[in-house]
Amino acid sequence: MIEVIDAERCTSCDICVNVCPTNVFDKTDGIPVIARQSDCQTCFLCELYCPEDALYVAPYADTRCPTDVVALRQTAAFGSYRRAVGWTDETRDLRGIDRSYLLFGH
Amino acid sequence: MTTNDRRAERLAAPDGSVEFDADVLVIGGGPAGTWAAVSAAERGARVVLADKGFCGTSGATAAAGTGVWFVDPDPALRETAMASREKMGGYLQDRRWMARVLDQTYQDSDRLAAWGYPYPVDDSGKSQRNSLQGPEYMRLMRKRTKQAGVTILDHSPALELLVDDDGAVAGASGLRRQKHDRWTVRARAVVIATGGCAFLSKTLGSNVLTGDGYLMAAEVGAEFSSMEFSNAYAISPAFGSVTKTLFYGWATFSYEDGSVVPGAASKGGRSAIARALLQGPVYARLDMADDDVQRDMRASQPNFFLPFDRTGIDPFSERFPVTLRLEGTVRGTGGLRIVDDSCATSVPGLYAAGDAATRELICGGFTGGGSHNAAWAMSSGTWAGWGAAGYARQLGPTRQRRLASAGSVAFRSRSNRPFEPAALAKVVQDEVYPYELNYFRDASRLEGALARLDAAWADASAADAASKDDLLRARESAAMLATSRWMYRSALARTESRGMHRRDDYPDQDVRQRHYVTSGGLDDVWTAVRSHADAVYAEAAE
Repeated sequence: MIEVIDAERCTSCDICVNVCPTNVFDKTDGIPVIARQSDCQTCFLCELYCPEDALYVAPYADTRCPTDVVALRQTAAFGSYRRAVGWTDETRDLRGIDRSYLLFGH
Repeated sequence: MTTNDRRAERLAAPDGSVEFDADVLVIGGGPAGTWAAVSAAERGARVVLADKGFCGTSGATAAAGTGVWFVDPDPALRETAMASREKMGGYLQDRRWMARVLDQTYQDSDRLAAWGYPYPVDDSGKSQRNSLQGPEYMRLMRKRTKQAGVTILDHSPALELLVDDDGAVAGASGLRRQKHDRWTVRARAVVIATGGCAFLSKTLGSNVLTGDGYLMAAEVGAEFSSMEFSNAYAISPAFGSVTKTLFYGWATFSYEDGSVVPGAASKGGRSAIARALLQGPVYARLDMADDDVQRDMRASQPNFFLPFDRTGIDPFSERFPVTLRLEGTVRGTGGLRIVDDSCATSVPGLYAAGDAATRELICGGFTGGGSHNAAWAMSSGTWAGWGAAGYARQLGPTRQRRLASAGSVAFRSRSNRPFEPAALAKVVQDEVYPYELNYFRDASRLEGALARLDAAWADASAADAASKDDLLRARESAAMLATSRWMYRSALARTESRGMHRRDDYPDQDVRQRHYVTSGGLDDVWTAVRSHADAVYAEAAE
């Protein structure tokens, strides 16, 4: 489930509020809040759409996992999914390397 | 083409609501809904698309990605592709539909390439089109939908259909949940593209898929087909949501003590995993993937690795616990019955596409993965969009039509008993999740579950209207409940095992039951049998 909005990175663009398919976030006067965490379906799409890499979805679908943002910043987790699918300028060439065609029919 | 004069018209509406007049309303903004909206708009229709979440991220495809049943137009290849699945599907497919889906999927894939989808190119320089990355595909579909002049309503779950005096479907209304008001769309035709029902099991991207479209369609009298093929379960790490099963083809499954689970496999051995899970934990390790395969896996499906990378598990060398999450009719094949080539349902003005519609015509009683469903979503979406646009065009003036709301459960107050959505959802989950009820079926267990589900329906339909804040959840839980009853009533009607439908009390396929089971009804759920096309022809020839 979504665990972290990094207040230092977040620019209050509210894209996450828009794109979350299960309406987990609420807008505020400042940065958005995780208003309905239990509705999170752990699809990681908010992370993918966040242009500032300010969100972190923990991989646990059914249980909460309080996560320390300072420690998280020391890892490569922020933005890792976005980089892996080629949605950053530096990794755009990854968008066309789907090799599933070699794996089907196994 | 100009689109400015082909947009849906915003009408004057009272405070707290917005109203549109459109030719076609598409409910659901996943692949089927966006293909339907684009196709209807290209035929000149003024289109509104309403999505419960955000068109572009909503639904199983955006989060998960999908294989696509894409086959080059070589007769021998097509023949092999069609024949290879017939046995698994219990010989309930329809060759004519399989052929037209392969044709339409080929054409739609060409359009995706022209629109800029970054298909990979193989070593021989050929564009490979049998896989779509979910986020990329659905981001592109949202863009094309907007460019086609479609009015998109995000975070706007539909709650009920509108009907005219003749019972034809004439629009829908729902909530704008981030604006805290209501929407109404008066439309000449409606396409239901709300996906299947996965019962809030957190299978990847599927918690928006609660069967809402089924419930709305049933309230105007639509029929369902193949709802017994609704017990698809997907493998995921026990703690996680990523239910992508392809890579488990390289897995070894083991018990707690490390010994191998006999017969367990992702393909053709998933029931062995289910039986083992009834006894205790089951573990997987993808130890059959060599270095090349591991590299291709990482490149192809980055989301598969999120649960592992974030917990520090190396899935190729370490065991991790797995579970089976219910995918219900999302990866099942049951859904709204299609009555003609334009994907019309049995109700005038109402069309169905994607997982909301039955996929029996190309899958029979089994889908092994997203590929057929993805091809079906594109094809049926395209046809439903054209069909709805054509239907809308031939209707006479409709502005003066008197429209009535068709919603029933959670809208009526009559008992002074509150509607409790969360409790109801749990009641349904307790009857559809257990492997011993749904994966492995048996008359007495199905009858027991149905008695409890029927009682829950009687209770819910007599409860008071849900409060404004609870209305969406109330309708979702009622839709899950209705879905479970069509599923199990259909499962009882098929006294054999065929496709994914397994009866412990009838373990064999019965040649006399090569037919479809139709179902419907809300207060009284009914089933009936329809002949398979081949059987009809065989009879006519005698």
